[in-house]
Amino acid sequence: MEPVRERAVLDVSGLPEVMFGRSNTTWLGNVFYMMIEGTMFALLIASYFYYRTRVGSWPPGSSPPTLIWGVINGIVFLLSILPARYAQKVAPTGDRGRIRLALMGLAGFAIVSMILRGFELANLNVGWQESAYGSIVWSILGLHTGHLITEFIETVVILCVAFTDKMEGSRLADVAINSDYWYFVVITAVLSDFVIYGATRLL
Amino acid sequence: MSTLARLLLDPGGALLAMFQGEPGQHHILHPAGPQASNIEWLYWVIFWIVFVAFVLTILGFARAAARSRTPAHEMVPVIKDTSEADRRSTWAVGSAVLVTVLALFAVLVMSMITGKKVEGLTSKQPITIQVTGHQWWWEVTYPDPQADQTVTTANEIHVPVGKPVVILTNSADVIHSFWPPSINGKRDLIPGIGSAFWIQVDQPGVYHGQCAEFCGLQHAHMGFSIVAEHDDAFQAWKAQQLKPAKEPTDPEAVHGREVFLTHACIMCHTVRGTDAGSRVGPDLTHLASRAMLAAETLPNTRGAMAGWIVDPQRVKPGNQMPPNPLQPDDLQALITYLQTLQ
Amino acid sequence: MAISEPIVIPQTGEQDRLSRTWAEPRGFWGWFTNVHHTAIGVRFMVTSFIFFLLGGVLAALMRLQLARPENNVLGPDAYNQIFTVHGSTMIFLFAVPMMFQGFGVYLVPLVCGTRNIAFPRLNAFSYYIYVVGGGLLWVGLFLKIGADAGWFAYVPLSGPQFTPGKRSDIWAQMITFTEVSALGVAVCIATTILRYRAPGMTLNRMPIILWEKLTIALMVIFAMPAVMVDSSMLLMDRTINTQFFNPSVGGDALLYQHLFWFFGHPEVYIIFLPGTAIISTLVPAFSRRHIFGYLAIVSAVVATGFLGFGVWVHHMFATGIPQISDSFFTAASLMIVVPTATQFYCWMATIWHGRLQLRLPMLWAFGFFFEFLIGGLSGVMLASVPVDWQVHDTFFIVAHFHYVLIGGALFPMFAGLYYWIPKITGRMMNDLLGKVHFWLFLIGFNMTFFTMHFLGLRGMPRRVYTYLPEMHWGTLNAIATAGVAFMTAAVIVFLVNFFQSRKTGELAGPNPWAAGTLEWGTSSPPPPYNFAEIPTVNGREAVWDAEPDQPVVVGVRDDVPEVLVTHSMDSEPQYREELPGHSIWPFLTAIAVSIAFIWSIFSPWGITYGAIPVVITLIGWLWPRGSSPTPRLAERPREATWSR
Repeated sequence: MEPVRERAVLDVSGLPEVMFGRSNTTWLGNVFYMMIEGTMFALLIASYFYYRTRVGSWPPGSSPPTLIWGVINGIVFLLSILPARYAQKVAPTGDRGRIRLALMGLAGFAIVSMILRGFELANLNVGWQESAYGSIVWSILGLHTGHLITEFIETVVILCVAFTDKMEGSRLADVAINSDYWYFVVITAVLSDFVIYGATRLL
Repeated sequence: MSTLARLLLDPGGALLAMFQGEPGQHHILHPAGPQASNIEWLYWVIFWIVFVAFVLTILGFARAAARSRTPAHEMVPVIKDTSEADRRSTWAVGSAVLVTVLALFAVLVMSMITGKKVEGLTSKQPITIQVTGHQWWWEVTYPDPQADQTVTTANEIHVPVGKPVVILTNSADVIHSFWPPSINGKRDLIPGIGSAFWIQVDQPGVYHGQCAEFCGLQHAHMGFSIVAEHDDAFQAWKAQQLKPAKEPTDPEAVHGREVFLTHACIMCHTVRGTDAGSRVGPDLTHLASRAMLAAETLPNTRGAMAGWIVDPQRVKPGNQMPPNPLQPDDLQALITYLQTLQ
Repeated sequence: MAISEPIVIPQTGEQDRLSRTWAEPRGFWGWFTNVHHTAIGVRFMVTSFIFFLLGGVLAALMRLQLARPENNVLGPDAYNQIFTVHGSTMIFLFAVPMMFQGFGVYLVPLVCGTRNIAFPRLNAFSYYIYVVGGGLLWVGLFLKIGADAGWFAYVPLSGPQFTPGKRSDIWAQMITFTEVSALGVAVCIATTILRYRAPGMTLNRMPIILWEKLTIALMVIFAMPAVMVDSSMLLMDRTINTQFFNPSVGGDALLYQHLFWFFGHPEVYIIFLPGTAIISTLVPAFSRRHIFGYLAIVSAVVATGFLGFGVWVHHMFATGIPQISDSFFTAASLMIVVPTATQFYCWMATIWHGRLQLRLPMLWAFGFFFEFLIGGLSGVMLASVPVDWQVHDTFFIVAHFHYVLIGGALFPMFAGLYYWIPKITGRMMNDLLGKVHFWLFLIGFNMTFFTMHFLGLRGMPRRVYTYLPEMHWGTLNAIATAGVAFMTAAVIVFLVNFFQSRKTGELAGPNPWAAGTLEWGTSSPPPPYNFAEIPTVNGREAVWDAEPDQPVVVGVRDDVPEVLVTHSMDSEPQYREELPGHSIWPFLTAIAVSIAFIWSIFSPWGITYGAIPVVITLIGWLWPRGSSPTPRLAERPREATWSR
């Protein structure tokens, strides 16, 4: 055994092993992921406006997507912020009962949104094979639908974990971060709605 | 004498030849018109600026290395205090950056000026030529409100010397790029997006061009030529191009026309004055007036033409023209006929 | 993969425990579970080097075909596939995976002073995905249905009408694989740099290589989505009848180019900036002083990252865009020269006022100065629109980009390999062979690519499989082909040197170059836990600037794989994080994702049905492990305490 010698140290043993909020590394990873996906949305939306400059009338050769489904789903998305926020509030307490409640609420909203999304897609009033306009509208909504489904599955998985004793420690932080991702889904939903339902009528 | 032999026996001259190429034919530094001349001037100015930058920078690194060199494999201690040296370096680097910015600004200004000169050519009565890219040939028309005054030809463009010409671009399939280096820079031919640009040739002669945007299997064999001639010669050429095909008198040529009209040729080619009217391939009404065949790939001779007709896939594998196995006398008659299409 | 004899270090009780906790998995299946960054980093470097060799073989074939006019070594179909796969391999399968992923994944955690990379399973997943993508491209080539529309695959040529079959689909999905890989690594590296730096390594003391990797990671995050969108649009046009690029129904071929080059130009800086960071690491080490102009260089790197997104239209000057766009993008393209020039002057000043030791890595750095300078200056010529109108899409451009890519990335790569291979393997490489490699390569490279400037000026367009003898391009092409022999010999010398040195090279020890950054503060090769004691940092060259009594960090657990998380700006300790250990899930998830992506080449349902195994493997990945007791929240967390 080597002789013990005195040397200067920085003792970090007193530091916590779980962190909530912005210091959490998974939070940062989630932010990067939102930057990546956000860029994809931005590029699709930019392409949408680029296509607008290529033709005379808009939307070309069809009527705009039926407004009502977008509006209803938009409202559902905005309301879903409530269970997401609640999940973030109760996660640090470690109260599994409340966490399950919040996640079930979030999952419920996601299910409703997915059903409404089905109606949205059926009422776009254009096929993706008809024109560049059709292709880009379907792509924007399609990309968002992918996020919606992925986030729903993730929420369900975390909900299942919440039924076990593994819902503790850094898993609690993951519950809170999941809500951040849900906010991203809501924001991109609103932006996409603006473009697909709004810009299509205004331009 | 082969180029390699020239290089060994006359390196100076050969080197010069490498720089200068064929006089005026296909060389960026051998301009035959105002636009290529302006670009050539700009090229040399920027070249000398960057050459000086290059020499100074290399000398700088060489000097730095020479003055600070220490033995490579010894243990050389780290210099702890560099503040004095860094103070001097700040001035040096700062000045160098400033000079760099000024040089780049000069390049920017000269580029903008040259760009305006190159694109600024204008005329009230330009010759207008529509160039449409195809895989792998150039459809050339001289549009006119009257259909019977519209010249349609392929691959060989005639222009009058000293007059501005507008080129309108389009493509029938993929992106091509129209590039006659001795005349002007290139312009892409993009399907669905037409554009227009000017050229002018100041010296009579034949100038080569090539497709400069990868367009598939025979991109390498998609050349064109610009023939610049004095205005009366140009008008004569144009008048000739407007005429329908001459009636053949020679019996072999008559038989050749028969061959043309009863084989696959009419599926793709037009000869005005006959029933052949397809626009898939180049217009052949005045084929014999052209110097080369197959988009500047073959000389327009009987032998080359025979090889091309019988097996175009050997010359340009993958192109749209199928092989035409003809009986020898049919082939000769066909060629005789085609050679009458002046 | 064991790549050197294990080096015996004195074991204390603590190091025994660390060895057990961080032990590399053994055995065949163990290889697929390894999530330590040094293993994955080496895999990126080895695999990308293999692709470099394969891409080089293709280049040699191209040069053989072009050596003479109307040559018949390769017909047009073969040639088109070969130049497409050559370009795609060099850019997507070699340059980024080596310069960013290979060097980055291996070095960043070591230079930060931490034990592993952030999100280690994501890092491992990114490697497997990259391998599949590369394999896909090459399988296509071997089956003679290789991508053949060029490495940027412009529409309409690459679209459904003009490239039937699977060729462009293979290309588009290869893009998806490699971009997912690069994005994954970008997230890992950015998080590591922002959160895992050793205490005391404030932003102001961060080695330039970390500034560069952080910039690159952010560039990847913003640029790669553009090519993913673009290639997905192409794939959808080809498979499910979308109309993104069909002009008759509002589609646009130029949109493809805009999206592509919005990615494409940052991509080349993603390849070049790592080269400059290697130089910024070597110059101080071999000038025996801190670098001059740290602030200027860091600003230059970050500025290049930003400006790189503002110049993409200079690839489209010949498309007939309005003149005002020409001027704007010329100005931006000239402006971006300034940060790089600044770096050159700072390097020069460092050497000037230093004590230069021209060791082998530094010789390659001088090669970089010479070759990249030529490429950068020809770039200045190209920024000028009228000149570009003439030389765009000719061999002048081919010359330019090979000078900036080979000069700007390959020369620094070899410099970095000679510099860091002793750290990775524990043995020095042979000096004489390294110098032979250098001179052979320099001669061959200039023979091949300098002559191409003249070919471009003489009117030779690029991507042509042959040319007529009447064009008088034969002699220059023959010279260019001759250069290949020298470059091939050079690379063979390097390979011989590498394999020989692994067995008989001089033992390197922890710091053979007496350099200053943290990777030199541990053994060569590093132990699986990187550092016996997590360091603290006192300056920009941590090893040089360490106090005699520089504190080490204690209190990080050694019975689980734990790292210290610090604050992004001042690297004050924040909390301790248990990282996931070795796991098979990244590999299994990569298989599932690969099936889905490849299936979608053949059927639109591939993504839909293929998503099911992906979801299953992701659940396996994310499900909490019960191996070690999940850490509990501390009731009243205490601060980190310094003590002497």
